[in-house]
Amino acid sequence: MSELPASPLVSLRDIVKTYHRGQQTVPVLGGITFDIDAGEFLALMGPSGSGKSTLLNLIAGIDRPDSGQLVIGGVDIGVLDEAELADWRAQNVGFIFQFYNLMPVLSALENVELPLLLKDMTRRERRERALLALEMVGLADRAEHAPSELSGGQQQRVAIARALITDPTLIVADEPTGDLDRESANDILHLMQRLNDEIGKTIVMVTHDSRAAGHAHAIMHLEKGELSGREEVRV
Amino acid sequence: MLFTLIFRNAFRHRLRTLLTITGLTVAILAFGLLSTVISAWYAGAEGASGARLITRNAISLIFPLPLNYREKIRQIDGVRSVSLANWFGGVYKEPKNFFPQFAVEPESYLGIYTEYRLTDEERREFLHDRKGCIVGAKLARTYGFKVGDTITLQGRIFPGNWDFVIRGIYTGRDAKTDVSQMLFHWDYLNETLKQRSPGRANAVGVYIAEIAEQGRAAEISRAIDAQFRNSNAETLTETDRAFQLGFVSRTESIVVAIRIVSYLVIFIILAVMANTMAMTVRERSAEYATLKALGFGPAFLVLLIYGESLAIAAIGGGIGIAATFPAAAAFAKTLGKFFPVFEVSNTTVALQVLWALAVGLVSAFFPARRAARVKIVDGLRSIG
Repeated sequence: MSELPASPLVSLRDIVKTYHRGQQTVPVLGGITFDIDAGEFLALMGPSGSGKSTLLNLIAGIDRPDSGQLVIGGVDIGVLDEAELADWRAQNVGFIFQFYNLMPVLSALENVELPLLLKDMTRRERRERALLALEMVGLADRAEHAPSELSGGQQQRVAIARALITDPTLIVADEPTGDLDRESANDILHLMQRLNDEIGKTIVMVTHDSRAAGHAHAIMHLEKGELSGREEVRV
Repeated sequence: MLFTLIFRNAFRHRLRTLLTITGLTVAILAFGLLSTVISAWYAGAEGASGARLITRNAISLIFPLPLNYREKIRQIDGVRSVSLANWFGGVYKEPKNFFPQFAVEPESYLGIYTEYRLTDEERREFLHDRKGCIVGAKLARTYGFKVGDTITLQGRIFPGNWDFVIRGIYTGRDAKTDVSQMLFHWDYLNETLKQRSPGRANAVGVYIAEIAEQGRAAEISRAIDAQFRNSNAETLTETDRAFQLGFVSRTESIVVAIRIVSYLVIFIILAVMANTMAMTVRERSAEYATLKALGFGPAFLVLLIYGESLAIAAIGGGIGIAATFPAAAAFAKTLGKFFPVFEVSNTTVALQVLWALAVGLVSAFFPARRAARVKIVDGLRSIG
């Protein structure tokens, strides 16, 4: 796995973001400043519309702030053009979505293998690595199954394997247990905790669920686009 | 992996894809058949030589020319040889059994129309028998004519029953040669007319002049017509190709209508296919956004969408092209006597390939542009 850069891994300075709905301007984030250390597992919590998903999107490099500076792993991602940003995401970010976002026409193995198409690897190398990732999430025996043949929890495990496959610096998870039953949710959260504890992955997770947030090191609370506090949960 | 994704995506909604492929197959097949009909329309002109001039009565083709014009035409500078022909217009057994029949001066005619191929024996037999005739291979197949058969035609322009002995079955030099005609001795017609209706004898329908240099066709045509200016039967001379096109031009509006229909069919399937691709891309917004989030650039999405569209177009187009050949053969069997040459040309196949490709490319244009431009956060929002 890659060597982690010096702390802090993520540095946000005075991040402002507004949305435009027709003539109306809706402020979403109003000057957010905080850091995330390498190896940290941070949960973002807040009521609907508080801006937590927007903040996660900015950290993941799939949206851009109106102003402010966002430095991740020493790279100011605000100055990257679209192609550079896509390349940066491919190298540095692993995504876990609420609804898994797997390609329904690909098998579990092919879904995990997908991000490796952007790497200079042979098909065999890709396959081997994808199988290894599936083994890590306990789904090697379901490699050839289509997503529709897997349960919600299993699909999310495949998504986690896909997020891990490129050995990213940062894993972002948007409500990763939001579509799962309690038991599957616990499995996923334990798996994420293991990734953080055992291989030192930095994870930023958005959640509504305080029990899910309890698996993180710290919880960052947002309210109306402002940080309302940081709560240390797990050392 | 890319091709796997393209092909699995293409058949994700099997019914929708199969219906689109069926539509495309029918459109490409219809285009191929209609194009072949148009080609068949022009086949006579395409098969015509630019080194042959046709001289006819300037007033109308139905008015004959005097027999003594032949020598005068032969003496014009640049003319290599001259033959003559009369349209006979008889029917075989029943009025529905109509096919082109020409009374010709055999030796000179076959010397000019070298695309008609006979064995030496058939040629000899035909030349020596004044009541002999030769028929094209397609005509022989249609009516089951064999060498040695005697056939009787009922004359419509030249009344009475006319008996002929088939002395040869000619084939064509290439696919463009008309092998659905019957040729017989002009002398037989003329000698019989001398007995039955002497006033109509020694009249010629058209003269065919073979010229040495195609480049002088216009000059020699003018010279022939000048020769007979201010006579009782002024002439109009043009190349064989122009003469044949003159017939086609009378039905030009039908050809134009067929051409328009053939392109309309393509346009309709283009609209259907574009709609299919637009629906597909709209449904997969979240997947494309996910791919973008994972680091795939807009070019990858464009490749996926164009790949899928072209795969569907290739399958539909391929089946359509393959089906054109048996469909054209069945069409020729049913309506063959209206079209002496009914062959699916290479040009038609090339156009079918081109249109199938164009449908695939154009249909994917707007959906691909939309997918390439969609913001990741907007695409992801469309899920759940």
